[in-house]
Amino acid sequence: MAVSLAPTFTRTRDRLDWRQGGIVAFLLALLVAFILYPILRVLWISLSDDAGNLTLLHFLNFFRRPLFRESLWNTLQGGFLVVFFSAVMALPLAYIIARYEFRGKVLLQTAATLPLVIPPFVGAVALQLILGRSGMVNLILMDWFDITIPFMEGLTGVVLVQTLHFFPFILLNTAVSLSAIDASLEEAAQNLGCHGFRLLRRITLPLMLPGFTAGSLLTFIRAIDDLGTPLMLNYKNLLAPQAYLRITTIGMDDVDGYVVCVVLVILSLTALLGARKYLSLAEYASVQRSAAIPRKPHGKILALIWLMIGLILGMSLLPHIGIFLLSFSKVWSFSVLPTTYTAGNYVEILFRAPHFVINTLIYTLLAAGLDIILGAAIAFLLLRSRVPGRNLLDAIATMPLAIPGVVLAVGYLRVFHGWDFPGLGAPLTSSWFILVIAYTVRRLPYTVRACYAALQQVHVSLEESAQNLGANRLRTFAKITLPLVAGGLVAGGLIAFVTSCVELASTIMLVPRIELGPISYGIYLYMQSPLGRGAGAALGVVAIILVSIGTYLTHRIFSGSAGRAFKI
Amino acid sequence: MQAAEVRLDGVSKRYATQWAVYRVSLHIERGEFFTFLGPSGCGKTTLLRMIAGFMSPDEGIVYLDGEPVNSVPPWKRNVGMVFQSYALWPHMNVFDNVAFGLRERKLNRREIQRKVADALRQVDLEGTEERRPSQLSGGQQQRVALARTLVIQPRVLLLDEPLSNLDAKLRVEMRLELLKLQRDLGLTTIYVTHDQEEALAMSTRIAVMKNGKIVQQGNPREVYERPADEFVATFVGQANFFSGRVAHCAGHIIDVAADDGLMIRVALSSLSILPKLGEVVFLTIRPEAVAIHEIGALSRNLNHFDGRIAASAYRGSFVEYEILAGGRTIKANVVNPKGKAVFQHGERVSVGFAPEDITLVPGNSGADLEMRRETADRQVN
Repeated sequence: MAVSLAPTFTRTRDRLDWRQGGIVAFLLALLVAFILYPILRVLWISLSDDAGNLTLLHFLNFFRRPLFRESLWNTLQGGFLVVFFSAVMALPLAYIIARYEFRGKVLLQTAATLPLVIPPFVGAVALQLILGRSGMVNLILMDWFDITIPFMEGLTGVVLVQTLHFFPFILLNTAVSLSAIDASLEEAAQNLGCHGFRLLRRITLPLMLPGFTAGSLLTFIRAIDDLGTPLMLNYKNLLAPQAYLRITTIGMDDVDGYVVCVVLVILSLTALLGARKYLSLAEYASVQRSAAIPRKPHGKILALIWLMIGLILGMSLLPHIGIFLLSFSKVWSFSVLPTTYTAGNYVEILFRAPHFVINTLIYTLLAAGLDIILGAAIAFLLLRSRVPGRNLLDAIATMPLAIPGVVLAVGYLRVFHGWDFPGLGAPLTSSWFILVIAYTVRRLPYTVRACYAALQQVHVSLEESAQNLGANRLRTFAKITLPLVAGGLVAGGLIAFVTSCVELASTIMLVPRIELGPISYGIYLYMQSPLGRGAGAALGVVAIILVSIGTYLTHRIFSGSAGRAFKI
Repeated sequence: MQAAEVRLDGVSKRYATQWAVYRVSLHIERGEFFTFLGPSGCGKTTLLRMIAGFMSPDEGIVYLDGEPVNSVPPWKRNVGMVFQSYALWPHMNVFDNVAFGLRERKLNRREIQRKVADALRQVDLEGTEERRPSQLSGGQQQRVALARTLVIQPRVLLLDEPLSNLDAKLRVEMRLELLKLQRDLGLTTIYVTHDQEEALAMSTRIAVMKNGKIVQQGNPREVYERPADEFVATFVGQANFFSGRVAHCAGHIIDVAADDGLMIRVALSSLSILPKLGEVVFLTIRPEAVAIHEIGALSRNLNHFDGRIAASAYRGSFVEYEILAGGRTIKANVVNPKGKAVFQHGERVSVGFAPEDITLVPGNSGADLEMRRETADRQVN
């Protein structure tokens, strides 16, 4: 940032720098302890032999094992397929949202965010009931045509569930990018003789590439680090479930688990670095004078738009319908619809075992609060100070973007297991607080960005003029800065809250005891037995409601530009 | 391609309930430099966009070379447009930007290379082929945009406030360069601007617009020296206004008893319609036609009044005065020959102007004029 502190501060500058330096040191210590060090430990274990010497042997072994080779291949294949199908679904919709204006467009925008409120592993269960081997659709097909279609078998099922869940990332990011393109850029091309599909290919698509890339990257990373979906569908030949199984069944000392973790991080990092070139182009979309005026579609185009909305709205609602039905069912197997209905599932989760819901609220709200504090502090240091080390802080805080939940959990188990944490009298991993830490760390990159964006809106001259009129540093912050950034900070916290509510990967590895588990853990437990599925679904509905509230509030704060909330 | 002529016939365009352009008809000759001049929101850009084909008129017809083009899409018009924002594509380098239209026209590679090189030479940008638009200065971007448009040899060149994003000095340089290019190529050019100085300096003809309508059409001298109404007189340069009744008529010489008690003699041009005795008329006189003398100095002007300097601003090549005379202010711009005394604030002076320098305008409304005078007075006080 070119903005520097006003010269009026020079007298107090030394003391301020010292204080800010202290904050930077404290934050650095925190981030190193809970992000950098655990990851480096995982890396070191995968790279060293028993005597503590550097070796690549474990990685050679990884590639020698057919199971691991297959898992790696499946993970890559799955990730790319999810991105591909998501793009196929999202691109036309993004174009419609950005370029057309018609009655009922809000329905499309809602449809675009609906998949985000249902956790993918909950969606997996629901889709199993509708599209699975003995699900609704296949039972009907069997009845009428005597055939079944294996929608949900193996990798197909994983890709299907993940596509339906993640396509909004691409949709929202692309739509934002598209509507930011200056209208004259396309008009200039038309003026020189270009139109129709060529215009789309030569001008429009390249210009919306940054948004599309951001969305695709997010989708790819989330898809390969998703543990819940493969576990729920009982498909284990992917890297994330392999890492999980290695550590939980063979044990903490199994080196292969660590190697799988490192391979996962390498995949995410490669994707992140590979996409960087296109992401950096994002700057140019922002020098905007006038966006294209949305057109009013007529006739055939309008019909086509509605057909697509119907199709995609229908598809993205399938999991919601399934989970809702299941939550009220007593018996639902080998039948198109549940055979007996009951409210008993809700009684179970709200009165007999209410701790899942309560735990979730405690953990996620705490994590969101911590994220806001950390995010605001880091953003403030980045934008308003010149303390050395602040960029390192930002770099470490961004790392969790590329660290799958499983990997972080493995690192925590390795580092904090087996020694008493000072002041706690027990290992950190035997306390529920480890979950709060994991949630905080995993969502930190998003809140830092949200806070950064909010603080960036407040030009430093707004603060300087308050100081010029006699307000000291603290009063300036309280009366000028805080009111202006509050919305952004809350939105950042909400993103953390929403995504932590349905976090499964690190949760199932880090929950110390059953009664300390949050909703996602409860759903996972209940879904293990056919009799518990109803209660699991009821928990799923609670999760959907929590996430919906959070998402709705985020939208209100960002006033409609939903894409910003999920941007990288 | 041959430069084209452009004709608009009763062209109108409505946004919601408002007419952005209302029944505009005009004829632009081959090779002309024609300017739409007016304040923002007057409909000038809308007109330009209708000629380019980005909008289609709700009423009326646009003709290019005598052919109606209302339903011809922009990409088939071969009408080059330079956008106010330049609209250079950030994902392409300079070469690709300029070559774009040629590739659309399926020229072969060698020819594209030659033409792009020529176009870049024409705008003095050889050697920038590989650069991205973001690596160029504002003036360079402007010239790339121009090259990109000229390289396809459009039959009409449309310029939408192309100089408004440049700094003052560069603007004047580009103005001359643009003019030279246009004259060399013999291009029919339509220029949109709100800058009267630009319009006067560049155009062969100007259409002054207000509220979607053309108020006056003519060459720069006509528009400046014989403004059709009060709006044109104030928008194109500064002007003093007088309203009053005709008190005496003698052929083309009339005497007007102005509302503020001044008696003004006017020598009408032979083209003017003669007003009747007792009729209310509006007069304008440009500040540079107003002379100031020391009290008692001999004046050749028939119209002269005693007054007091109410405000003055030294502008380098001239001095701007406001003189309080007969209960109103008169603006005067006095050319500044070295060594000549500059009048001081409060100094008593005599102002005068020649009857031939006064223009009779059909005033919009007396109330309008009153309001303008009041605001002018308030600014002085």
